[in-house]
Amino acid sequence: MATGPIDGNFDILKLDGVTRRFAGITALDGLDLTIKRGEFIALLGPSGCGKSTALNCLAGLLPLTGGGIWLDDRRIDVLRPEQRGFGMVFQSYALFPHMTVRKNIGFGLMMRKVSKAETERRVAEALRMVRLEAHADKLPGQLSGGQQQRVAIARAIVVQPPLVLMDEPLSNLDAKLRLEMRVEIRRIHKELGRSTIYVTHDQDEALSLADRIVVLHDGKVQQVGTPEDLYARPANLEVARFMGYQNSLSLSVVGAQVGGETRLTGPGIALQGVGQVTTSRAIASVRPEDLVAGAEGANAIEARVTGAEYAGREFVGTAVTQDNQPIIFRSPRRIQPDELVRLSVPTERVRVFADSVR
Amino acid sequence: MSSLVAPGGAMAGTKPGWRASLGWDGTTLLVLPAVLFVLAFFVFPCIYGLVLSFMPLKGGALDNYIRFFSENRFYSTIWKTLLIALPATLANVFLALPIAFALRKSSKYQRVVTAILVVPITLGTVLVAQGLLGYLGPNGWFMRLLTTLHVIDAPFRMTHNYIGVLLSLIITGFPFSFLLTLSYVTGIDPMLAKAAATLGASPWTQFKQIYLPLLAPGLAMGFCLAFVQSFAVFPSAVLLGEPAGITRVMALAVYQLAYEDYNAPMAAAGAMVMGLVQLLVVASVLGLRGLFYRGPVGGTKG
Repeated sequence: MATGPIDGNFDILKLDGVTRRFAGITALDGLDLTIKRGEFIALLGPSGCGKSTALNCLAGLLPLTGGGIWLDDRRIDVLRPEQRGFGMVFQSYALFPHMTVRKNIGFGLMMRKVSKAETERRVAEALRMVRLEAHADKLPGQLSGGQQQRVAIARAIVVQPPLVLMDEPLSNLDAKLRLEMRVEIRRIHKELGRSTIYVTHDQDEALSLADRIVVLHDGKVQQVGTPEDLYARPANLEVARFMGYQNSLSLSVVGAQVGGETRLTGPGIALQGVGQVTTSRAIASVRPEDLVAGAEGANAIEARVTGAEYAGREFVGTAVTQDNQPIIFRSPRRIQPDELVRLSVPTERVRVFADSVR
Repeated sequence: MSSLVAPGGAMAGTKPGWRASLGWDGTTLLVLPAVLFVLAFFVFPCIYGLVLSFMPLKGGALDNYIRFFSENRFYSTIWKTLLIALPATLANVFLALPIAFALRKSSKYQRVVTAILVVPITLGTVLVAQGLLGYLGPNGWFMRLLTTLHVIDAPFRMTHNYIGVLLSLIITGFPFSFLLTLSYVTGIDPMLAKAAATLGASPWTQFKQIYLPLLAPGLAMGFCLAFVQSFAVFPSAVLLGEPAGITRVMALAVYQLAYEDYNAPMAAAGAMVMGLVQLLVVASVLGLRGLFYRGPVGGTKG
């Protein structure tokens, strides 16, 4: 800790079946999660998956319709937001337009009746941490988006909250600034060591920032795990799609399943992948970067090229299989439309999921 | 409109230069009808009245003003009018604020309550005054209800005095204040209050620290508009008030000078004083407004 004593930190934050319904629609359905002190958790999912609902429930801005939230032995879901004292960074920043940067950052300290000298010291420290010393006396309207974002972060962390909540904080920034701020957020999290829950729909952000990722879809948890876990071993098709497995081939299951692996076949396709299913048909999920044209191997997909794009070191191609399923792959050599290619992928890079559609 | 002179061409005196330098083009003509209207029906009468006020029926140029400020029946109207207009305006602004604040979230209640509260606008001052005369009069429903419930022993007077005029001004002025305040309140991003809450601000502190400072300029503007309306009170002062006594307002005194004494120059002088008093109040309120933040109050998204 760079500033002051740690007050009100916790060992375990426990979400126990947190549920939120809006007029008959269940936005968040029984979220169970245990967060350790200092952990960086990303809530990842497409829009409408319930991730922002979960964050608002944690902050106290939305009452729960079921379940409970426990901070160590204390039940906190009954507390009003101002009693929880979690620092929150809003997607729209929500900076107070009539207060200077300094006043904005000092607001939480003023609410906590921290002495004037102490406030000044901690605000200066926070300003230094987000590198905005030169802008302390400006109004938010005079700052750029990235600077406003950093004020919002400073305002949330200066009170040294037990938990920092971030609601898609980078979604309003341009791509370059987003990368810079990602680095900043990681640095600030390391420096402060406060548990952080970070809501995003961007899997790159989640993978690069989080200790653990919670993937949400339709209000339900799909998978909880480390970035490596989710990236290499998605639990289901939803998670796989979100983790960059853009190719989903519907195939027939052949023979017995051995050692957690399944053999699949289709017109011009023979694949062996990781995962066991009980259905007769299954989905094989493959990342475009793992599917290579002209590579050797037992796994093979014969396809007709529909398009090719030069991407620097290699080509990114689109193609269709013999039964017209679209796929994306890469190719080290130049390819032409209508050319027939043989694509291959190592068995450990193919994920097999039950086909729920058929 | 830009008052800067464009460099080069405009100064050389070429013909199209001066129009461009003022930022004028074809659409500027669209302002013309409004400008003519203001000139004909505001600027001209004002100047006419001002000149007229310095041409008294007898005596020197300043005699009308000297008379206005030396005779009690004239100068007393200034504070009599302020005594009605200021409390009515303050009551309107401070009644409108909590109601508008409570209705800040868009809902069906907001629409229903807004519709109900706005009805008095459509009725007009005279109808409201007439209605109040019956309702609040000695034999009206209000007094009978109070006596039946034994809240009071005998009816007291609420009409033909100060209270009647004040109530009528509040009723007719409220919708304007309410609509104006509602538009200011709903313009403030509700996320700001939520952000304040997560930082430890109670609902009252959220209001005091976030809403009030952001609303202050709007409230000042609302105050000015409501004040100007109340200051010109005339029908209700006559119908519901005590026009010979406590509610002898400026507008009434000026009316009497013009149409009962047939002293148009003296009436003009009274009207000029009236305008000056309004201007002073409005200017000082707007001056105070300058102390507050007046930028955008929505999100701060850059």
